[in-house]
Amino acid sequence: MQKFILGKKNHITIVSAILIIIAYVSKLGFKNEPIAIWSLIIASVLGVIPIAIQAYQALKVKVVSIDVLVTIAVIGAFIIKNYEESAIVTFLFLFGAYLEQRTLNKTRSAIKELTEMAPEVALKQLKNGEFEEVEIEEVDVGDILLVKTGAKIPVDGTVLTGEGHINEASITGEAVPVSKKKDSGVYAGTILENGTLQITADRVGEDTTFGKIIELVEEAQDSKSEAERFIDRFSKYYTPAVLGLSFIVGLISRDIELAITILVLGCPGALVIGVPVSNVAGIGNGARHSVLLKGSEVISDFSRLDTMVFDKTGTLTIGNPKVADKEIYADNVDEVLAYLSSVEKESDHPLAKAVVEYIGDTKSYTVEKTVVVKGGGIVAHVEGHRVAVGNVALMEQENVLLSKKVRGDIARFEENGNSLVLTSVDGELKVLIGIRDQIRPGVKEDLQQLKKLGVKNLVVLSGDNQGTVDLVARELGLTEAHGHMLPEDKSAYIKALQERGQIVAFVGDGVNDSPSLALAQIGIAMGSGTDVAIETSDVVLMNSDFSRLPYALGLTKATANNMLQNIIIAVGVVLVLLASVFFSEWMNMSIGMLVHEASILVVILNAMRLLRYKL
Amino acid sequence: MQKATIQLETLTCPSCMQKIENGVKSLEGVNKESVKVLFNSSKVRAEFDDEKVSIKDIENSIDKLGYEVLKSQVKKI
Repeated sequence: MQKFILGKKNHITIVSAILIIIAYVSKLGFKNEPIAIWSLIIASVLGVIPIAIQAYQALKVKVVSIDVLVTIAVIGAFIIKNYEESAIVTFLFLFGAYLEQRTLNKTRSAIKELTEMAPEVALKQLKNGEFEEVEIEEVDVGDILLVKTGAKIPVDGTVLTGEGHINEASITGEAVPVSKKKDSGVYAGTILENGTLQITADRVGEDTTFGKIIELVEEAQDSKSEAERFIDRFSKYYTPAVLGLSFIVGLISRDIELAITILVLGCPGALVIGVPVSNVAGIGNGARHSVLLKGSEVISDFSRLDTMVFDKTGTLTIGNPKVADKEIYADNVDEVLAYLSSVEKESDHPLAKAVVEYIGDTKSYTVEKTVVVKGGGIVAHVEGHRVAVGNVALMEQENVLLSKKVRGDIARFEENGNSLVLTSVDGELKVLIGIRDQIRPGVKEDLQQLKKLGVKNLVVLSGDNQGTVDLVARELGLTEAHGHMLPEDKSAYIKALQERGQIVAFVGDGVNDSPSLALAQIGIAMGSGTDVAIETSDVVLMNSDFSRLPYALGLTKATANNMLQNIIIAVGVVLVLLASVFFSEWMNMSIGMLVHEASILVVILNAMRLLRYKL
Repeated sequence: MQKATIQLETLTCPSCMQKIENGVKSLEGVNKESVKVLFNSSKVRAEFDDEKVSIKDIENSIDKLGYEVLKSQVKKI
């Protein structure tokens, strides 16, 4: 029965609106007082039933909710025979609740879109080898699943047979389809654009990467900041306090009208809902734009950021050294490069890989008598020639003469932050190659934008030598650069900043920088696998996309501002209402309820602006 | 111990959270610390001892408060 009535709340609202209209028409139009009064009485009784049920349920679990205040107020109005007030107040309260629900759904829409991308069914292989569609909950680790073109990948798994292209935008934010074949990993929630795959389930449900993202976002939108917890504690005592105040005022003044007006005006609606709606709208906007914010504490910290500290390799730079400069001192260029490539193929040193990649397709020679010189390079024989590939020390060891011009080139290369690879054939220098880690494209612009958004210090910390780090800092316009830093030096540096009262964000890779990531108020892990980045970061940038950083910062600033506006609106409205009860003539229950409901809608609409936020 | 994730109809008033939280916490066998009502995703998460209380009992207690349970998932922990 209770449930039936609560389910019909919207109908009740409409009926009570009609009754109120009838009452006014008959009173003002036809001067028919009895019909007017009876319409209002029916509207009040009908309207108060669902509210009273909710109040009763709340009291049963020892909560003094708004429903309790409103129910007492309406009953009070009824007793003093003010049916007009009781009817209008119940109607406004119900109608307000309806509008709240509609607008709240809007603020939650962004996150709903995300959760609705979760797969619901899968084609599972049965014992007889046939595939049958089953609910996603029935899929276990180790099951074999069939995925057809256009379908969602139901689990995190490995391709068993088949080939196809998958759109992984839901996980990585990258819309270009990725090719998958036998043994490729696939992720739940991604979409097979073409082809057919059979996959083995490795992780299912909440354990999948997509499941973790959803859980994170769901927890985040309901997490509470310090300010919110304060409001919660406050409203826990606030509602009973309003109840007490109205009783005392009623007893002293013997004015029931005044007492019940206080009850209605004291409802804490906008205050309770103002901060959570900003939170959910802000986090929802982020989720839609590949930025996951882990809760409102993170929003509040990130928006007040002083210093952003970056790791260099793999964060500001790609982390994948490439050939940047070269000089050739020979006429038979192709042949020399072919020798070089052939020798370097013998090594798996990162620099050697960069050289091989740079030279690309070339004639391949047989390499004999390969000797690896520790801390120097490689010496080998190709086509009867003695070829040495390595650093300057190796060349000196090989008695290779370095001319004045070559020495000049070497100095220039080093100045540009290169690591050097020299190649000599039969004791004569032929090629000088400079290799360096490339700065990620677009990073410079992103950093400038961060500065514009109010980050005071941009610092790079790196294990590399000071020269290289200075170079990167100069190129990118960073404010500070420190080299020769071990992971523990980095965390000590962050601690020192914090002791000076700064709010620090650390952007680094998830593995060897984990102490710094944990220590900084805001840790942001780049790269090294989606899972680690999700778990260790306070702000998760999908696909470790650096360009999302300014967006994340701008969004948290907008969200924090929005929360503040909502708190000011809510507190302001309550203060004005309470003051006007005592100091003005025009204030009554109905106007109080109207203003109260309006203020709730205003804070929700204000929060909705965040959904459209763009940098 | 079991961990339940219960999906409810859309929650709209923050005071519902307090009601549901207190209601579920009052059940014998439910780990009080673990009860979490997620307002925006309209979910309840709770750990419980399945020898003392069943998922049905928890669902009923929420239902009796006037909130419809859409579906629930239980995982052993």
